[in-house]
Amino acid sequence: MSKSNSSTHPPEGSSHLGLEKPGPKSRSDLFISLTILALQGFGGVLAVVQRELVEKKKWLTNEEFVEQWSVAQILPGPNVINLGVMIGQRTFGPTGAVIALAGLLTLPLLFLLLLAALYSGVSDQAWVQSSLRGMNSVVAGLIIATALKMASTLYKNPVGILLSVLFAALTFSFVAILHIPLLYVLLVLGTGSCVVAYRKTVELDLAQQAVSDTKEST
Amino acid sequence: MSAMDTLNAITMTAIDWGHLFMHFCVLSFLSIGGAISAAPDMHRYLVVENHLLSDAQFSSSITLAQVAPGPNVLFVSLMGWNIGLNSAGGIQAGWTAWSWGLFGALFCLVAIILPSSVMMYKVAQWGHKNSQRSVVRAFKSGLAPIVIGLMISTGWLLQRGQHGDSTNTTLIMSWALTAFTALLVWRTKVHLLWLLALGALFGILGFM
Repeated sequence: MSKSNSSTHPPEGSSHLGLEKPGPKSRSDLFISLTILALQGFGGVLAVVQRELVEKKKWLTNEEFVEQWSVAQILPGPNVINLGVMIGQRTFGPTGAVIALAGLLTLPLLFLLLLAALYSGVSDQAWVQSSLRGMNSVVAGLIIATALKMASTLYKNPVGILLSVLFAALTFSFVAILHIPLLYVLLVLGTGSCVVAYRKTVELDLAQQAVSDTKEST
Repeated sequence: MSAMDTLNAITMTAIDWGHLFMHFCVLSFLSIGGAISAAPDMHRYLVVENHLLSDAQFSSSITLAQVAPGPNVLFVSLMGWNIGLNSAGGIQAGWTAWSWGLFGALFCLVAIILPSSVMMYKVAQWGHKNSQRSVVRAFKSGLAPIVIGLMISTGWLLQRGQHGDSTNTTLIMSWALTAFTALLVWRTKVHLLWLLALGALFGILGFM
């Protein structure tokens, strides 16, 4: 806190992003990458986002992804859309956000309308319904696997691994088993977890400051 | 069951479209955890109170968007598509119907996405400038365990949601497929499309 914020902010879209990870190279890279990502997202994009942006493109680390995803999830609006707005904003400002949304939505929308037109012809066929059920089971597995991958970031989380797992388990039982409305779950567990994280973060900051102070004085 | 015998032509004035737009804008701000969490309220507004959509159109909009590639929020544009078709007197109206459908799809999509996206943009901007503040960092890391718990819940509920009329065998098969997929995706880099194809195949072969 001793350093005052510098009054000049770097211009949007400049190379200074405060991150070592490479983001999208250009606006068209952003558009194309997100289009490809969206077109792979059967049953929602969540499972694919982690694999594409973290594992393949390496625009984000796993930690950054969890953080951004958390914010995207807590704010109103579709998660993937929110994440797209965030990534677009971070790299190319307002244009970036619009491009990200266009990439995520344009082709999938056309595809979906085509599918809807085809579906009206075969909707009452039994095989259509049963293949949908099979894919549904797979999609459920995809989402759970993504959660498991993200769980590995909890080791580095200031909340601590034990409390993190406890908070995750409580969230699961409240939402999936007890069907408590999301708003209450977030108010209670989210606040609890954030308070723990805040105390730890401040503690760590103070410890770090103490270390750097002693270095300066010697 | 088919969409044909259900609806029916509706009349949509400019004011009706305006109301619809406003309604979706409000829902946009309320849809924490995704647009799907606002689906019950959409059902109330579109099907029960204003008869803009039939029940079958409403459900098939959600299911189709779920299996098609792309963000789930596109189910809203599919509802808009159906409202557009209905307002033109049904799909048999030909090109008029297609144009109104396309208009409805874009109209509803913009209404559900614009308000929340503008808000997200402002928050992202603020968060980026203040990313080193302990409050911002604590907020982000504090939410991580909750989000992971929520994602497992989503997978769980998606899996549970389909067992209306299942026998024991199909139930076990369905859970086994979910567990198999989860393990494979977690531990390997197998392409997701293969797994979806496998799921569809299992379904068609009658295992589900």
